[in-house]
Amino acid sequence: MNFAFTEDQDSLRDVVRSFMDAKSTEEDVRTLMDTESGYDTAVWAQMGGELGLPGLHIPEEFGGQGYGFVELGIVFEEMGRRLLCAPYFATVALAANAILNAGTTEEKAALLPGIASGETIGALAFTESNGRWDADGITMVAKGSGSDWTLDGEKMFVIDGHNADLIVVVARTEGTSGEDGISFFTVAGDAAGLTRTPLATMDQTRKQARLEFSGVKASPLGAPGAGWAALAKTLDQAAVCLSNEMVGGAQFVLDMSVEYAKVRVQFGRPIGSFQAIKHKCADMLLEVESAKSAAYYSAWAAAEDNEELPVVASLSKAYCSDAYFHATAENIQIHGGIGFTWEHPAHLYFKRAKSSEILLGDATYHRELLAQRIGI
Amino acid sequence: MDFRDSPAEADFRDEVRTWLSEHLVGEFAELGSRGGPADERGWDVRIEWERTLGRDRWVGCSWPVEYGGRGLDFSQQVIFNEEYAKANAPARVSFFGEGLFAPTLIAYGTDEQKRRFLPKIQSVDELWCQGYSEPNAGSDLSNVQTKAVLDGDEWVVTGQKVWTTLAHRADWCFVVARTEAGSQSHRGLSYLLVPMDQPGVEIRPLRQMTGSAEFNEVYFDEARTSADLVLGDVNDGWKVAMATLGFERGTAFLSQQLAFQRELAEIIAVAQSKGSSRDATIRQELADSYIGVQIMKFNGMRMLTDLVKKGVLGPSSSIGKLFWSNWHRTLGERAMDVLGTDGLLVANEGSGAYELDEFHQIFMTSRAETIYAGASEIQRNIIGERVLGLPREPR
Repeated sequence: MNFAFTEDQDSLRDVVRSFMDAKSTEEDVRTLMDTESGYDTAVWAQMGGELGLPGLHIPEEFGGQGYGFVELGIVFEEMGRRLLCAPYFATVALAANAILNAGTTEEKAALLPGIASGETIGALAFTESNGRWDADGITMVAKGSGSDWTLDGEKMFVIDGHNADLIVVVARTEGTSGEDGISFFTVAGDAAGLTRTPLATMDQTRKQARLEFSGVKASPLGAPGAGWAALAKTLDQAAVCLSNEMVGGAQFVLDMSVEYAKVRVQFGRPIGSFQAIKHKCADMLLEVESAKSAAYYSAWAAAEDNEELPVVASLSKAYCSDAYFHATAENIQIHGGIGFTWEHPAHLYFKRAKSSEILLGDATYHRELLAQRIGI
Repeated sequence: MDFRDSPAEADFRDEVRTWLSEHLVGEFAELGSRGGPADERGWDVRIEWERTLGRDRWVGCSWPVEYGGRGLDFSQQVIFNEEYAKANAPARVSFFGEGLFAPTLIAYGTDEQKRRFLPKIQSVDELWCQGYSEPNAGSDLSNVQTKAVLDGDEWVVTGQKVWTTLAHRADWCFVVARTEAGSQSHRGLSYLLVPMDQPGVEIRPLRQMTGSAEFNEVYFDEARTSADLVLGDVNDGWKVAMATLGFERGTAFLSQQLAFQRELAEIIAVAQSKGSSRDATIRQELADSYIGVQIMKFNGMRMLTDLVKKGVLGPSSSIGKLFWSNWHRTLGERAMDVLGTDGLLVANEGSGAYELDEFHQIFMTSRAETIYAGASEIQRNIIGERVLGLPREPR
């Protein structure tokens, strides 16, 4: 038994941390969150070119580096620490995984090398205005046969949908319900009949769009009608990635709180000497460490692609969502008035925590899913 | 990261499993995992079981070979504890001797002291209890007022200890006493080994909210022990006492989640049979408890990995105690939620005795768990000050 990262994995973390510290400063985040695209094309090019991050877990035969989810988790954790504003989650955790899970070998060979090199930005158009994360939430109907399919309808909350060159769309075949008929398609970002509208997001550090499809020609990804298993797995893998991202942010705000509690003096003493503050920090540490254990373990299960994945993905998403939000909320309270200002970074993490909690299903949703998955 | 056993670990696991399957039979197997250090059900059979363990050096298995142990490393200790829990083997009566006193003795005792006491702990011929808490020394443990003065070649001990688990069964007590007159706080204390069977020791049972009385008050009225039965230096006993607390928060909890998993599974089974598992709130609660016990396992594996690398469990083990005690307390409350009106009644109708079934036991005994071995508030102080480096409170 060994629950530790290898030296190579630690080195990867060091490289990514240095890059994020340099390229995703608070100033960078504030600049990018005010833009419509929400990311810096030069930084994205470096992530693809020098670091090879978009292709990290894509197999070498499809142009990637062939690492696994443990390495990917490290990258997400480091991005979460610095609130990196980039279409990495949409491209890698969602689009690339969907293609890996749903696509045929030919489709993977056609689509993945562009993603791996960073040239193609991807998105997964899955949720709709009903805001559901399950199969029943997918109401968009795809019509067609063979390689000719047409999409009509609307997708909502599509992360980086307005930035994507390649959009993986989840729809259902005519006359189906529930998990039957779920199908994957790919559509170019500039396809005729597709209208993309950037949304005003509560968390400005991760952009979303509404996509309206009006007679959009789409290519099937895998066999239409048989996509549910691939989608469920993609969502589990994405939940693992997001859990690791949340852990990075949670540790960052804990550090911020502890640092402030040591230097802020009231009543002639550092506020961290008061149990009211000290105990908050202790509880945050307990939750952050526990969230790390869950996130790392779930990354291992995803890397092994073993039968534990569905249970630990939901476990991890539920626990990390609560832990991250709690940490960011306590961080504001510990900072007092300054923590409520626009100038202070506390609100950036608070909002990222809440949006991350909601995306892919909140803690309540995942506890229920977990209950079903363990047979309660 | 790899959560599988190494070949050597797998062999050892096999050895433990085989031994247990050959010895945990008959009345020993019937005991199940009932009881605990503070629970005397099946006492005589449990003593006999533990002597069986001791004969094959499974009691004291972590001790050095030269003192009769097996010299197991941390991973092996955890494997032993895991297999022990999986086999549903009885809770251990010699916890205070084997689990707390012996490691302290090995760290601070003289060779003569080790040879005097360790074999009797292993053979389960001598049981120990812990003389720490006093009426005015709870969380503020260093406020000990029990005094010991040297009279010729004997210490004379006078004072009162409280919450002394199994004092009425114990042959010996490790006592923290003030040996330097006029000293205060953690200075001037010594760690004395005092025999319990003597006129100067009076034991009064303390009946607790569960209705049973595993705790005691212990009154020392000029009780005597030999001058050489001090662990560590005279007047320097605080660090020895703290080392014992370190063992108390030590490796045992790394495999504790297995017993907790079993309790949760029983609660889930009852919820399903009563139909309350269809209730949305109950489902959330049960899923949350499941998440907690799994995280306990993951946290334990991370701490063990750390322990193997560094050789010591740091203050972060406080996280473990804080986590499990709160988790278990919440589980007790949820067990009652699942029971509903059945929770209004205790086990044995008509006998007049106040006897608790398993769920009521969890519900009630867990209230002590966030208090003993360092209350949750003390654990948070330790985490805040020693892990996060926050400033100490003025004292």
